[in-house]
Amino acid sequence: MSGPDLGRLLAMTRKEAREFRRTPFILGAMVVLPLVFIVEPLIDIFRLGSSTPASAVQKVVGVTFLLMLIVPAVLPSTIAAYSVIGERDQGTLEPLLTTPVRRSELLLGKALAAMIPSVLVSYVIFGVVLLAAHLFAANQTVVATLSNGPEILAEVLFAPLLSGWSIAVGTGISARASDVRIAQQLGTLASLPPLAVTALVSFQVLTPSVPVAVGFGLGFLVIDIAMWRVVAAMFDRERLITGARALAARGGGGGGTPPGTVRRIQMVQGGDHE
Amino acid sequence: MVQPTPGLGGEGAALPARDGPALRVSGLTKRFGDRAAFEDVSFEVARGEVFGFLGPNGAGKTTTVRTLGTLIAPTSGSAEVAGLLLSPQNGEAIRRRISVMPENPGLYARLTVRENLELFASLYGLRSPGERIAMALDAVRLAERSDDRCGRLSKGLRQRVGLARALLNDPEVIFLDEPTSGLDPVAAREVHDLINGWRQRGVTVFLTTHRLEEAERLCDRVAILNTRLRSVGSPKDLRASLFGGSLVVETATPLPDPRAVFAGVAAVREWTDGGHGAYVLSVADPRQAAPQVARAVVAAGADLVSLAESQHSLEDVYLQLIDDDGSAPQ
Ligand SMILES: Nc1ncnc2c1ncn2[C@@H]1O[C@H](COP(=O)(O)OP(=O)(O)OP(=O)(O)O)[C@@H](O)[C@H]1O
Ligand SMILES: [Mg+2]
Repeated sequence: MSGPDLGRLLAMTRKEAREFRRTPFILGAMVVLPLVFIVEPLIDIFRLGSSTPASAVQKVVGVTFLLMLIVPAVLPSTIAAYSVIGERDQGTLEPLLTTPVRRSELLLGKALAAMIPSVLVSYVIFGVVLLAAHLFAANQTVVATLSNGPEILAEVLFAPLLSGWSIAVGTGISARASDVRIAQQLGTLASLPPLAVTALVSFQVLTPSVPVAVGFGLGFLVIDIAMWRVVAAMFDRERLITGARALAARGGGGGGTPPGTVRRIQMVQGGDHE
Repeated sequence: MVQPTPGLGGEGAALPARDGPALRVSGLTKRFGDRAAFEDVSFEVARGEVFGFLGPNGAGKTTTVRTLGTLIAPTSGSAEVAGLLLSPQNGEAIRRRISVMPENPGLYARLTVRENLELFASLYGLRSPGERIAMALDAVRLAERSDDRCGRLSKGLRQRVGLARALLNDPEVIFLDEPTSGLDPVAAREVHDLINGWRQRGVTVFLTTHRLEEAERLCDRVAILNTRLRSVGSPKDLRASLFGGSLVVETATPLPDPRAVFAGVAAVREWTDGGHGAYVLSVADPRQAAPQVARAVVAAGADLVSLAESQHSLEDVYLQLIDDDGSAPQ
C-alpha cells in the first residue's frame, strides 16, 4: 500500500476550510474563544502588584498557561465531532466514499482542517497575552516567568498535540454517535483529561524544563498516534453508510406506486410499436 | 465494441478498451442480520448498455447499487464491476472506473456548485480538473449557476449537479439511483436526454427507477427485482414472454360466426369476443398472424374496420411479476 495522496488529503482540508468559513457556530467559536481567553488571564496578570509574593505570581502563571491550552484542546474537538456526522446528515458521505479517496486521506484532511485554525488561534492568544504582559504588567516576575523558555516550548508543542488528541477523539465519537450535539458534548469532555497532565507542568508539580516539555510532548505524540489508529479502524465504510440509513434524508425516494391489480392494455396501431 | 469516448477526453479515455461485460453478477446476496436485502441475484450488463433495475420499495435496489459501488460488502456471491473482481483489494481501482449518484445526491450545501465539483475532481486526481468541470457543467447546462451555493438550488438543479459530478471522472459505468425521483416532467425529461446522450457515447448506465415508462423509454434491458431477481430482458421480450402477442380485430358489424372464421386461421390460438364487433385474438407472432386474420375476415364477407396489435405495457409485466410474489417487502 502506498501512503496517502497529498493532493486528495489537501482537497479534503480545503473543502472543510470552505465549509467552516460559512458555518456560523464555528466562526463564532473562533472569534469568541480568543476574546475570552485573552481577557481572562490579562485581568489576573494586571491585578498583580509589583510586590505580590512569588507564590501568588506562580499561581497566576500556572492558570494562564493552562487557559492557553484549553483552546487547542477544546475547539478542535467540537469541530471534529461535527465533521463526520455533518457529512452524514448532509448525505455527502456516500458520494465521498464512492471516490478513490482513502480513509487516511479523508481523516487526516479533516484533522488538518480542524487543527490548523485551532493551533493558530491558540498561538495568537498566547502571543497577545505575552505582549500585553510585557507592555503593561506592573509585576516583573510574572513577565519573566511567562517568557521562560521551557514554558513557551511546552506551550508551542502541547497546542498541536493536544488538538491532535481532541480531533482523534472527536472524530471517533462522531463516527459512532448518531446526533451532532451529543457528539460535540462527548468530544469536549474527552478532550479534557490530557489537560490534567499539562496542569502538572503548569503548576510546577513538575518543574518545567526543556526535557520535561519535550518528554511530555513525545508522550502525547505516541498517545495521539495510537488514538488515530483506533479511530481509523472505527471508520468503516459499510458501517458509516448503513448506520446512516436512519439519518439520511431519503429524498423523494419513498413515493413509489404500490403494486396494485389494475391491468392496462395499451392499444397500439399494428406495426407502429417498434 | 464500444470504445472509450474521445469526446469526453478524460482520464478514462487513456485506458485501453476492455473486454468482457461492464457488470457480471453471480449469486450475489446481501443480508442485514437475518434479513436479506437481496438474494441470489445474477445478471450481466454489456458495455454501453443502459440497464434498468426495477422493483418496489424495499426490493433491494439501493443496496445492490451500494454493493456494486463498493460501499458495502456482499454476504455471498461474486461480481465483476468494470472488468474488476469485486473485492476489498480492488475497491479503489473499481471506484476510479465507476461513478455513483446515490438516491440523495449529497451535495455540500454551503459550497457552490463549482466548489462541490472541485472537491470531487481532486479526489479523482483529474489531470485537467478545470476543463473537466467546465465540460460536466455544460453537459447538465449549469454553467451559469456554477457560483450558486448548492443549498439554494431547487431539487431538479441539485440532481443535475449530482449528475455533473458523476461525469467528472469519465466513468465506464455510471450507477444512478432513482435519478428522476421527485422531478417534474420537464426536469425528468432533461435527465432522460442526458442518459440517452451517454448511451450514444458508449457509457454503461445502471439505472434504478420506479418509473416504468422511464425504463421503457431509456433502457435496452431491464431487471425486475423483488429481493430475488424476477426477470431480466428487454421490455419487449418481457412482455412477449409473459403475455404473448395479441391482436384486436374490429369489424363494422359483429361476425355471424366468429368461431368458424378464427378457427380457420392457424396462427390464432385463442380468441375472445369483446362485443360490438371487436375480437381479441391470442397469437404467437402478431406481425405474421395479422395478414392471415385480415384475409379470413374479408373472406367471411365482413367489413374490416381495424386490425391492431394490443400491447401490454412494462407496467403490466412489472405488476404481474411483483404480484406473483404476494405482498411486496417494505
Ligand atoms: N442499513 C440497513 N440495515 C438494515 N436493513 C437494511 C439496511 N439497508 C437496507 N435494509 C433493508 O434491505 C431491504 C432493501 O432496502 P433497499 O434500500 O435496498 O431497497 P430499495 O429497493 O432501494 O427501496 P426504495 O425503492 O424504497 O428505495 C429493505 O428491507 C431494507 O429495510
Ligand atoms: Mg432505494
